[in-house]
Amino acid sequence: MKGLKPLLSVRTLQKRPDFTLDVAFESDSALTALFGPSGSGKSTILNMIAGILRPDSGRIVVAGNVLTDTDARIFIPPHKRRVGFVFQDAQLFPHLTVQQNIKFGQWFNRSEKHTLPLDAIVDVLGIGALLKRRPATLSGGERHRVALARALMSSPRILLMDEPLAALDDARRSEIMGLIERIRDEFAVPIVYVTHRVDEVRRLASRVIRINAGHVVAVGDAADVLGP
Amino acid sequence: MRVATVGTLVGLPVALLAAYALARWRFPGKIIVDGILHLPLVLPPVVTGYFLLLTFGRQGFLGKEIYDLFGITFSFRWTGAALACGVMGFPLMLRAIRLSFEAIDRRLEKAAGTLGANPYWTFFLVTLPLALPGILVGVILCFAKALGEFGATITFVSNIPGETQTIPSAIYTYTQVPGGESQALRLSLISIAIAMVALILSEVLNRRIQKRIAVFE
Repeated sequence: MKGLKPLLSVRTLQKRPDFTLDVAFESDSALTALFGPSGSGKSTILNMIAGILRPDSGRIVVAGNVLTDTDARIFIPPHKRRVGFVFQDAQLFPHLTVQQNIKFGQWFNRSEKHTLPLDAIVDVLGIGALLKRRPATLSGGERHRVALARALMSSPRILLMDEPLAALDDARRSEIMGLIERIRDEFAVPIVYVTHRVDEVRRLASRVIRINAGHVVAVGDAADVLGP
Repeated sequence: MRVATVGTLVGLPVALLAAYALARWRFPGKIIVDGILHLPLVLPPVVTGYFLLLTFGRQGFLGKEIYDLFGITFSFRWTGAALACGVMGFPLMLRAIRLSFEAIDRRLEKAAGTLGANPYWTFFLVTLPLALPGILVGVILCFAKALGEFGATITFVSNIPGETQTIPSAIYTYTQVPGGESQALRLSLISIAIAMVALILSEVLNRRIQKRIAVFE
């Protein structure tokens, strides 16, 4: 994390006829949760950090790198941001094997100095036996583990997770949450985690940004924001 | 055969580009561009052939330029037959490719972006391979159409055996001469077989696309 503070700084404004998103927050936490009901704008924020969406105005800084700054006319395209994105429904490439999926990100970032070790990632996520298979043959939990591995292999500055557990049953959720904890602690990649589930926030997040109707309504650790 | 192959292959990159533009980009006059590209499908082929003659004929404004620049003539040569076949088959190819582009989940392309792939790599590593079955369907249909092209070809480049003769124009020739019936029948059967194979192949490929999409619902 290179001691660059803050790790994540976001200020964005987006006006639409039916919805205004106006948020500003900072975080140095290993796992920051964007917590709020559906439609509150938390996924939009995540997409703005990834560069998939462009705010009307605002500034987004990750680990000292300015990714978006509308005043300075800076907008780094998604493929140059080095953000790992874990989508709700995995979004694995159907025409590639698991192994090819995982290496997809690595290949484009192969010049990076600190790449994460493939073996360790495969090991932690327990996907060694799946490498030759196609995504169509995987279960939901397996797909998510592969999606995590793929995002990690692109050696991201930050991992963005958009309700990564929403499509899973309770047993799988608990299992993947355990893996997310290990990623957070063992690979030292900061994570921004979007969810509307209280139990996920309590278990994973060291800092919670609570969002409602496009505005930040509370910031703090899980106990501060959610109560004991 | 050569005529249809060249016509299809030359048309393919153009169709890819046009299909991608129509599937992904929004631009003014899109409906009109779409309409013009599909015109050969509904126009009488003779009209298409006549316009080809006007533009690509030796006195046509494009035909002259191309002859001066590359030394290629179209009129009454196999190259012209290939051009006519390509133009006639083009809408079929365009349609199939466009539909397969539109069927691709754009979030996969976004995923590729967050993994560090720039838009060109994304196109070649994600979009194109996923659209491949649809592209093959388009190529097969275009090829089959090109093999059977008659009206535009005969108007543009006439019916010269070994140079601009296509299967239907050969059949037509045989029916015009006494004793040519058996030859005409033989060629007709061949062309039915080709059409059947093309349709079955494209249907099989289509089902495979459907299956692929269904799995990722």
